[in-house]
Amino acid sequence: MYLYDSYDQQLVQERVAQYRDQTRRYLAGELSEEEFLPLRLQNGLYIQRHAPMLRIAGPYGMLASRQLRMLAQITRKYDKEYAHITTRTNVQLNWPKLEDVPDILADLASVQMHSIQTSGNCIRNTTTDPFAGVAPDEVVDPRPWCEILRQWSTFHPEFLRLPRKFKFAINGSLIDRAATEVHDIGLHLCHNEQGELGFRVLVGGGLGRTPLLGSVIKEFLPWQHVLSYMEAILRVYNRFGRRDNKFKARIKILVKALTPEGFAAKVDEEWQYLKDGPTTLTAEEVERVSQHFTEPDYLALHNEEQLLAQQDLEYPGFARWRSRNTHPHKKPGYISVVLSLKKTGVAPGDITARQLDAVADLAERYSFGEARGTREQNLVLADVEQRELLALWQEIRELGFATPNIGLLSDIVCCPGGDYCALANAKSIPVAEAIQQRFEDLDFLFDIGDLHLNISGCMNACGHHHIGHIGILGVDKKGEEFYQVSLGGSSGRETSLGKILGPSFAQDAMPDVISKLIGVYLDNRTEEERFIDTYQRIGLEPFKEKVYAPHH
Amino acid sequence: MPRIIKNREVIEDQWTLLPADADVQDALDCRQPIIPLALWQAHADQLRSIAQLGIWLDSNELVEDLAQDLEVFSLVALNFPVFTDGRHFSSARLLRERYAFKKEVRAIGDVLRDQLLMMKRCGFDAFAVRDDRDPHDALRALDEFSVQYQGAWDIPLPLYRRRAAASQVAVATV
Repeated sequence: MYLYDSYDQQLVQERVAQYRDQTRRYLAGELSEEEFLPLRLQNGLYIQRHAPMLRIAGPYGMLASRQLRMLAQITRKYDKEYAHITTRTNVQLNWPKLEDVPDILADLASVQMHSIQTSGNCIRNTTTDPFAGVAPDEVVDPRPWCEILRQWSTFHPEFLRLPRKFKFAINGSLIDRAATEVHDIGLHLCHNEQGELGFRVLVGGGLGRTPLLGSVIKEFLPWQHVLSYMEAILRVYNRFGRRDNKFKARIKILVKALTPEGFAAKVDEEWQYLKDGPTTLTAEEVERVSQHFTEPDYLALHNEEQLLAQQDLEYPGFARWRSRNTHPHKKPGYISVVLSLKKTGVAPGDITARQLDAVADLAERYSFGEARGTREQNLVLADVEQRELLALWQEIRELGFATPNIGLLSDIVCCPGGDYCALANAKSIPVAEAIQQRFEDLDFLFDIGDLHLNISGCMNACGHHHIGHIGILGVDKKGEEFYQVSLGGSSGRETSLGKILGPSFAQDAMPDVISKLIGVYLDNRTEEERFIDTYQRIGLEPFKEKVYAPHH
Repeated sequence: MPRIIKNREVIEDQWTLLPADADVQDALDCRQPIIPLALWQAHADQLRSIAQLGIWLDSNELVEDLAQDLEVFSLVALNFPVFTDGRHFSSARLLRERYAFKKEVRAIGDVLRDQLLMMKRCGFDAFAVRDDRDPHDALRALDEFSVQYQGAWDIPLPLYRRRAAASQVAVATV
C-alpha cells in the first residue's frame, strides 16, 4: 500500500498543528460556532447526539496492521473501545472529546493516517473495489489512481468551499464493486482501441434526497489528462452549482439542469484551457505511485480444490462459511476472505478494540499485513493462502468474524442512525437487529440466497438504501419514527435505484414486512433466481399486494 | 483608515469601496474608488477617466463579464458574502491564469483567517479581513503549510513535477 514520503508526512503533521490551533481558537472564543463548523467538518468532526463523532479517513479502504493497532489504541485511550466501519470505508469514533481530537490526529499522523476532508463541502475520500489488485475480473488496479486523486484533492485550494460534498469512486474491474454510478464522479479504468489506458467519466450520480445514476460525459479520457479534466468539472461545479438551497446543491442537480450534454460541453470548454498545462500527469508520477501497489511476494502455489473439498466434508460450518465469505483471487492457491462485521446483536460495521488488534495480527500472519474496509461495512483479508483457510476460519470463529452471511439478508448495510447521528430521522440499528433476529436460521438464510438489505436513518442515505435489493429509509412523521421500504435497487453488474413500495411502517412491524417480502419471493422464484431477479421479472405489485393486504 | 493585508503586510488602505447602489458621482468624488460591476457596465465611458479605478464582483458575478476591460482596472475585488462561499476562488484563478491580470486581486466581505491560504493559493494578493478581526492574526494562516500537492497560482507546478525535479537535483549532487 502507499507509504508516505517526507512530503506526505510533513503535510499531515502541519495539518495536526493547524487543527490544534483551530481547536484552541474555538475553545478560546476566537472562532464562533458557525466559523468553526466547516473547519471541524473538513476534519471529520461532527457534533452528535451524545458526543462528537470523528470520521477517520480509510483511503480507498486500505488499512495496514500498524494502523489497525493504532486505531485500537485510540479507541481505548479516547473512546469506548470500539469503532465503526462506514459505507465509504472510513472509520468512525462515536465518543471522542472535542478537546482530544488534536491529540488523536497526532496519533493518527504517526501511522500515516488523518481525517482530512472526511466531511464538509469538499472532495471526500475516494472509494474503490475492496478486491482491487486481486480480483480475477480486474482490468487495471485502481489503487494508484485513487492515491493520485487523494493527493490532488487534499487541500486543493480552489475546491475547499464547494456548494456541497463531493464523492469519487473508481472501478477497474468488469463488475463494478465500487458503485461508481451513484457517485458525484465515477471513473472506469479502461483501454481504447489502440490499447491506451484511460477513463470513462461519469458525473452526477448520487443517493440522498434525489437519487440519480451518473451520466457518461467522456467515453475515453487519456490518463495524462485525468486531473486537468477533474479540475474542469470541479471548477464548473464550484462556479455554477446551486448554493441557495442545500438540497439542490449537489452536482447532480447542476448536471440535470444543464443536461449531461450541456454540462459536458461546459466542462470541455473549461478543459481546453487546462489541458496540457502543469496539471498534466507524468508517467514518472504514475510509476512512482504504482510502485506502492505492486504484487506482494506471492508464493508459487496451486489451487487447493481437493483439500478444500475434503475440509468441507469434515467441517460443514467451514463449507458454509467459505461458500459465502470468500472471494476468488487472481493468483493460484490464494483467496480473499471477508470478515463479517454483521453478527446478530452487534451494530453492523462495529468493531471492538480487541477485534481491531486481532485483525492486525491476522493480517500479518495471513495476508501481508494489510486489511481493507468495504462499502458493505465488512473487512477483507485480500491475500490468504487457500491451504491456510481452515486455520483462519477456526481463528476468526473465536473472534466473532465468521458469521457466514456475506451477501445474505443478515449482512445488513446500516448507518449509525438515530442512536448516534444527529441528522437521523429514525433509528436504524434496532431495525437491523430485529431483522437479523428474525432471520437467524442459517438454512433459511442460505435458501433465500443473495439479498442486499440496506437501512438509512434519513434521506442522506449513508446506508445506501436506494441500491439495496430491499431498502429501508427512516422517516419522521409528526415526531414519530416510521420506515419506508423500497425494492429493486442494485449495484455491481448493473446499478439501479429502488422503487418505493408504499406507505411507511412502524418500527415493530418491520420484521413482518421483510418476512412477507421474502415470502412473495419464495413463492414466485424459479430455480436459480435471486430475489432481485424475481423482482425484476414480476415487478413491484405482488410484493405490494402481500404486504398491504388486510389481515385475515 | 481601514487596514488591509497586501503582499503579506498590514497596511493602511488607500481605496474606497463603493456599495452596490453607488452612482457615477460617488465614483467621481473619490480618489481611488472600487466600483460595483453594474455601475461600470452602465457608465463605462464616464468612469474610464478615473486614474486609479478598481472594480468589485459579487459572488454570483462572473469574471468573464470583465475580461474585455481588465486593462482599465488597477484592482479587482471579489466579494465573499459568507465565508463558506468558494465561487471566487475559481474567479481569482481565472483572473490570474486565464486573463493574465497582474494587478491587485483583493478579497472583500466575509474574509477570515482560515480562508486566507486558499485565497492566496488561488491568486489573491490582498485581503480585507473582516474589521472585527485582527489582520496580524489572520496573516499566520499563510504559513501553516509548507507542502502543497496541487499546482495553483502561487506555485504553478504540482508536487509531482517538483518532486521529480528535487530528486534529479539530489541525484546530480551525489
